[in-house]
Amino acid sequence: MFADYSTSDLIAIFAMQGFAGLILFSVFVLMALGLAIIFGQMGVINMAHGEFMILGAYVTYLMSNLFSAYMPALFSMYFFVAMAVAFVAAGALGMLVEWALIRHLYKRPLDTLLATWGLSLILQQTYRTVFGAREVGVSIPDWMMGSLPITDLIEVPINGIFVMVLAISISVGVYVMMYRSGWGKQVRAINNNRQMADAVGINTAWTDRMTFAIGCGVAGVAGSAFTMIGSTGPTSGQLYIVDTFLVVVFGGAGSLLGTIASAFSISQAQSIMEFFLSGSMAKVLTLLTVVGILMLRPQGLFSLKLRK
Amino acid sequence: MHPMPIKHSFMTRRDLVGYAILAAIIFIVFPALLEPFRLNLFGKYLTYAFVAIGLVLCWGVGGILSLGQGVFFGLGGYCMAMFLKLEASSPENTAIQSTPGIPDFMDWNQITALPWWWEPFNSLAFTLVAVIVVPVVFSFIIGVAMFRRRVGGVYFAIITQAIAAILTILIIGQQGFTGGVNGITDLRTLNGWDIRTDEAKTLLYFVNGGLLFVVLLIAQFVRKSKLGRLLIAMRDQEDRVRFSGYDVANFKIFIFCLGGAFAAIGGAMFTLQVGFMSPSFVGIVPSIEMVIYAAVGGRLSILGAVYGTLLVNYAKTSFSESFPELWLFGLGALFIAVVMAFPNGLAGLWSEHVEPRLMRLWPGAANDTAASTAEKTPAE
Repeated sequence: MFADYSTSDLIAIFAMQGFAGLILFSVFVLMALGLAIIFGQMGVINMAHGEFMILGAYVTYLMSNLFSAYMPALFSMYFFVAMAVAFVAAGALGMLVEWALIRHLYKRPLDTLLATWGLSLILQQTYRTVFGAREVGVSIPDWMMGSLPITDLIEVPINGIFVMVLAISISVGVYVMMYRSGWGKQVRAINNNRQMADAVGINTAWTDRMTFAIGCGVAGVAGSAFTMIGSTGPTSGQLYIVDTFLVVVFGGAGSLLGTIASAFSISQAQSIMEFFLSGSMAKVLTLLTVVGILMLRPQGLFSLKLRK
Repeated sequence: MHPMPIKHSFMTRRDLVGYAILAAIIFIVFPALLEPFRLNLFGKYLTYAFVAIGLVLCWGVGGILSLGQGVFFGLGGYCMAMFLKLEASSPENTAIQSTPGIPDFMDWNQITALPWWWEPFNSLAFTLVAVIVVPVVFSFIIGVAMFRRRVGGVYFAIITQAIAAILTILIIGQQGFTGGVNGITDLRTLNGWDIRTDEAKTLLYFVNGGLLFVVLLIAQFVRKSKLGRLLIAMRDQEDRVRFSGYDVANFKIFIFCLGGAFAAIGGAMFTLQVGFMSPSFVGIVPSIEMVIYAAVGGRLSILGAVYGTLLVNYAKTSFSESFPELWLFGLGALFIAVVMAFPNGLAGLWSEHVEPRLMRLWPGAANDTAASTAEKTPAE
C-alpha cells in the first residue's frame, strides 16, 4: 500500500497525519481529563459528560456573540474569558447535579450510569430548545486562523497548536491538583477508603461535590476548546462519550499518565490509518483493537497495584 | 419457631394468574381492540420485550448490565433481513440492475457479485439457525473474554457499549454489503408468502406472541431454578459464591448468551413484522433505551419487563406524535425517576401498593408472598 508514494511524500504524509493525530490527541486528552477525575478518582460513571462539554461549547458561542456585539475591540481575547466562564458554568451545573443525583447513588454505580444517561437526554433537549437543532460555530479571532509552514510540504494549523498547548497546560494543572495538593490527597484518600477518610476528619461530602464540579468544569473547558476545531450541535456530546470512556478505561482508571498515554496511542493509530483506509474503517479498527486489548488486559495500560 | 420453608416451585399460583392475565391481554384484548396497523405496532413493541426479558435475567437477577443488547437484537434482525432481501432480489425482480439477482443496495455500490457470506442466507433453514447461533456465538466470545477475567460491573457496561458503537459504525461504513445507514429495506416475502398484507401481519403478531410466551417460560424456569438463585447470590456476594466452589464465570456466560438469544429472536421477529432492519436499532442509544424498558417494568420482574416495554413504547409513540420535543425530557426524567424513586419499577409499585389491597379482598392468595419477598432486591 506504500508503493505508490515516494519517500519524501511518505514522510510528509506521516508528518501531516501525525500532526492531525496530535490535534486529535489533544482533543481526546481534554475530553478524557474531566472523566479521569470523575470516573478514575471517584468511580462515578457520568454518561452526561459529553453534554457538560457541549455546555462549555455553547457558552463560548454565546461569549463570542457577546464580544462581537458589545466589545469588538477586545474580540481577539474573548476566548480566554469564554474558557473561564465555561469552567464556572459547567462546574456549577456539576455541583447541582452532584447534590441532586449523584450523592444518592455512590453505592450503585450501574444506577448512576442510567440516571446520568437520563440527565444527558434532558440536557440535549434543553440545548435543542434553547439554541436550535442546527449546529452553531463561533467566529475565530484572526490570530488563530491560518497555518505555520514548516517545510514546503508540511504545514500546521495555528488553532491546532493552540488546542495542543491548552491540553498540555490543563493536564499539568490536573496533575498538580491531584498529586501535589492537599485537596488531591483528600480525593485519593476517599477513593481508597471512604470510611477511614471520614474518620480522620475529611469532609467527604464536600470533597466529592468539589471533585465532581471540577471534573465537569474541565469538561466545559474542553468543550470551549472544541469550538476552535468544529461546530457544536445539541447531540455532539453523545458522539464523544464512547471514545472518552474507552480512553480512560484503556489507560487504566485512576492513572492520569495512563489516560494520556492511551489518548496518544488511540489518536495516532486512528489518524494514521485514516489516510489509508476510509474514516469509518479506521475508527472500527482502532476501537476493535482497544476493546481487544481490554479483553486481554482488563485493568488497562497503566494500573495501580491494589490489594482488593 | 422454625422459619417458614420457602417453596421453589416452577410457578406459584400467583405467577400463573399473572401469566394468564398477560396472555389474555396479548392474545385476546389487543387483537380485539386494535385495528391491524396498531396491532402491528404493538407487535413491534413486543419484539423489544424479548430484549427486556433477557435484561431482567442478566441485569436484575445476575447483576450484569449490558449496554449492547441492541447488537444481538440487530444481529438476529439482520440475519432474517438478509434472507428476506435475497428472496426479494430474484433476477426477475431486479432485472433493471446492472447486475441482476443481487440486493439493490449492492448494485448501487458497484458490487457485481454476492459476497460469500451472503450465500448461505439463500436457505431458510440456515437463516433460522443463524438467527440464534450468530448472536449467541458473539455473546459467548464476549462473555468468555470478559467474565473469565472477572471483568464486571461498569467496565462490562462500557465495553458492551463500545461494541454496540463499533458494530454501528461498521454497518454504516460498509454500505455495499450491509445497506449502510438505511439498512436492509423493501422486504417482501418469506418463502413466497407475502409478509406485507394485513392478514400476514396479524398472523405474525400471533407467532410473535407465542414465541414471547416460550421465552417468558424459559426465563421463569431459569429464574426459579438453582441457577436463578445462584445468579442472585452472585449479584449480591460474588466472592462467597466463588469460595463455595462454583465457577462464577460459567453462570455469567450462560445467562449473557441466553439474554443474547432472546434479543436475537426479538430482532428476527422485528424484521418480519416491520419489514426492514437498520443500524438505528443496533447502536448505543437503542441499546440503552432497552435497559429502561426492563427498569420501568421492574428489573427483577419477568412479566414486568413486558409491561414496561409496552408502556414506554406506547408513551414514546404518543408523545412523538403530538409533542416531539417533550419526549426526550420525558424519557430523561423516566431514567432518573426509575433509579431514584422507583428502583423496582412497575412490579415494585404493584407489589407494594396494589397487591396488599387485593389481598385484603381475597385473603386466600396470601400464602405465596413469602417466596417472592425472599428475592427482593437489596436497595443498597
